[in-house]
Amino acid sequence: MHAHSSIETKETQNIILPSTPHMQIKDLNVYIEGTHILKNINLDIPNNSITSIIGPSGCGKTTLLKTLNRLMDDSKEVKVTGSVLVNGEDIYAKDAEVTHIRKKMGLLSQRPFPLPMSIFDNIAYGPKIHGERNKKVLEQIVETQLRNVGLWEEVKDRLDSSATGLSIGQQQRLCLARGLAVQPEIILGDESTSALDPISTQTIENLLIDLKKDYTIVLVTHILRQARRVSDYILFVYNGKAVEFGKTEDVLINPKNPITQQYVKGFIS
Amino acid sequence: MKFRLVKDLIAKYLSKSLLILSLSVVVLIVIGLAMKSSPLLDNVNLFHILTEKNWSPQKGNFGFLPFIMGTLWVTLISLVIAVPLCILASTYLVEYASDRLRISVLPLMNVLAAIPPVLYGVWGVLFVVPLISDWIAPIFNINITGYSVLAGGIVLAVMIFPIMISIMVEVLHTIPKELKAASLSLGATKWETIQKVILRKARPGIIAAVVLAVSRAFGETVAVLMVCGNIPKVPQSLFDAGYPIPALIANNFGEMMSIPLYDAALMFAALLLFVIIFGFNLISRIILNRLEEHA
Repeated sequence: MHAHSSIETKETQNIILPSTPHMQIKDLNVYIEGTHILKNINLDIPNNSITSIIGPSGCGKTTLLKTLNRLMDDSKEVKVTGSVLVNGEDIYAKDAEVTHIRKKMGLLSQRPFPLPMSIFDNIAYGPKIHGERNKKVLEQIVETQLRNVGLWEEVKDRLDSSATGLSIGQQQRLCLARGLAVQPEIILGDESTSALDPISTQTIENLLIDLKKDYTIVLVTHILRQARRVSDYILFVYNGKAVEFGKTEDVLINPKNPITQQYVKGFIS
Repeated sequence: MKFRLVKDLIAKYLSKSLLILSLSVVVLIVIGLAMKSSPLLDNVNLFHILTEKNWSPQKGNFGFLPFIMGTLWVTLISLVIAVPLCILASTYLVEYASDRLRISVLPLMNVLAAIPPVLYGVWGVLFVVPLISDWIAPIFNINITGYSVLAGGIVLAVMIFPIMISIMVEVLHTIPKELKAASLSLGATKWETIQKVILRKARPGIIAAVVLAVSRAFGETVAVLMVCGNIPKVPQSLFDAGYPIPALIANNFGEMMSIPLYDAALMFAALLLFVIIFGFNLISRIILNRLEEHA
């Protein structure tokens, strides 16, 4: 796959060591309409693992996630200082190309938003935009990605029908497959299961756990049990500050910071 | 019985009867028009007058084709000009423009919508007609006065801009931000997202906006009749004069009533206009329903 080959070439040039984190956040500050939302965040996001961002609502966790693929830029009145490095490249550098950056990161939003087109075209949309015209290749990509998310058997007979006819759980898996079709290196999930029933939630969680061998995954969740089930690392954000980062067990069972302790025990939410 | 409940009942039946009253006006208009135009239909064949090109009431020739074609030409020209412009203008306002620009432009649209049609007519006579006769027609080596279906179409296009743009802006605002984010996060540019996702999702709404604008365009009278020449001949090109149905009624009603069947013919024109608008709304309703099922 593209993503991996590009990393290998960089390794051979000794620019990036294998252990270098995929994604590094350095001195990140975000202001929205003059309000200081994210305050001085520094974090290395570990490769091939799931990192969950937890914290009370309004603490800035979704803002942090959207800052990682520059979706925040899209809303007006947003000022970002500091840097986010992906493979050592600053995505907030002046000459950084936004479409190229976003292609590297698949986003799975709170509710599924299938594009207004057929199931097939939903998956083929990304590859087509990035220049893939060959029908055979597109068919191959669609089948592979639908199989990846366990949707192939369910939809293979109606690839040409509208994606909105799928159940909401199927739609969310379709959106995941759509994101994977552009061969990202990183998957960002914004409370991706909050609209789903328990069984669909479990399906998505298991998929993410499967995918971490190939991808670096960052999830925002407000469900502590979910963070415990799926993540390897946890970042606790409170009031726009990165309060505590560590292995899942450490943060959830033996948090060092008193605020984390209170949050984990349910005293603040 | 308690007074409050009585009041409730009264409110229910009063509003119901008022609704029936206002709807019955429409029905009464149709019945009235049909009755008034029946003398014409008693004398000539319906199919014949719809396809007949010759309009000379003095000789008893009532051919409506020039008026039907005049209406269609003017409406079609205005749509060809207005639809692409309005789609681009409204996407710009919603997707690219700064909040400040959007907030200041939209009320301006309402001002445009509130200008009386006769002013658009004057603007057409003073600006559009000379523009066509002095600048556009010479390009094609044609010598004309400028009073033409093209002039009517341009004036009408400008008149339907405001309603079209403001409805399209509303429609585009209903497209969820997350849908845009989904497309953008796949690496699509803003323009790709607008073309392939936003406009596709907004298609039923855009069609609704066009339908509303067309219904207005069909019936628009004063501004069009001031600029499009009003010669009862089937227009053969953009530069030919045309004579839309509303202009026919407005120009002639109350005059020359001594000519036999003339008033019946004008009533028939009104009925025809009604049927065209009604049919158009019906067809677009069906298209919209289809689209919504597939969306």
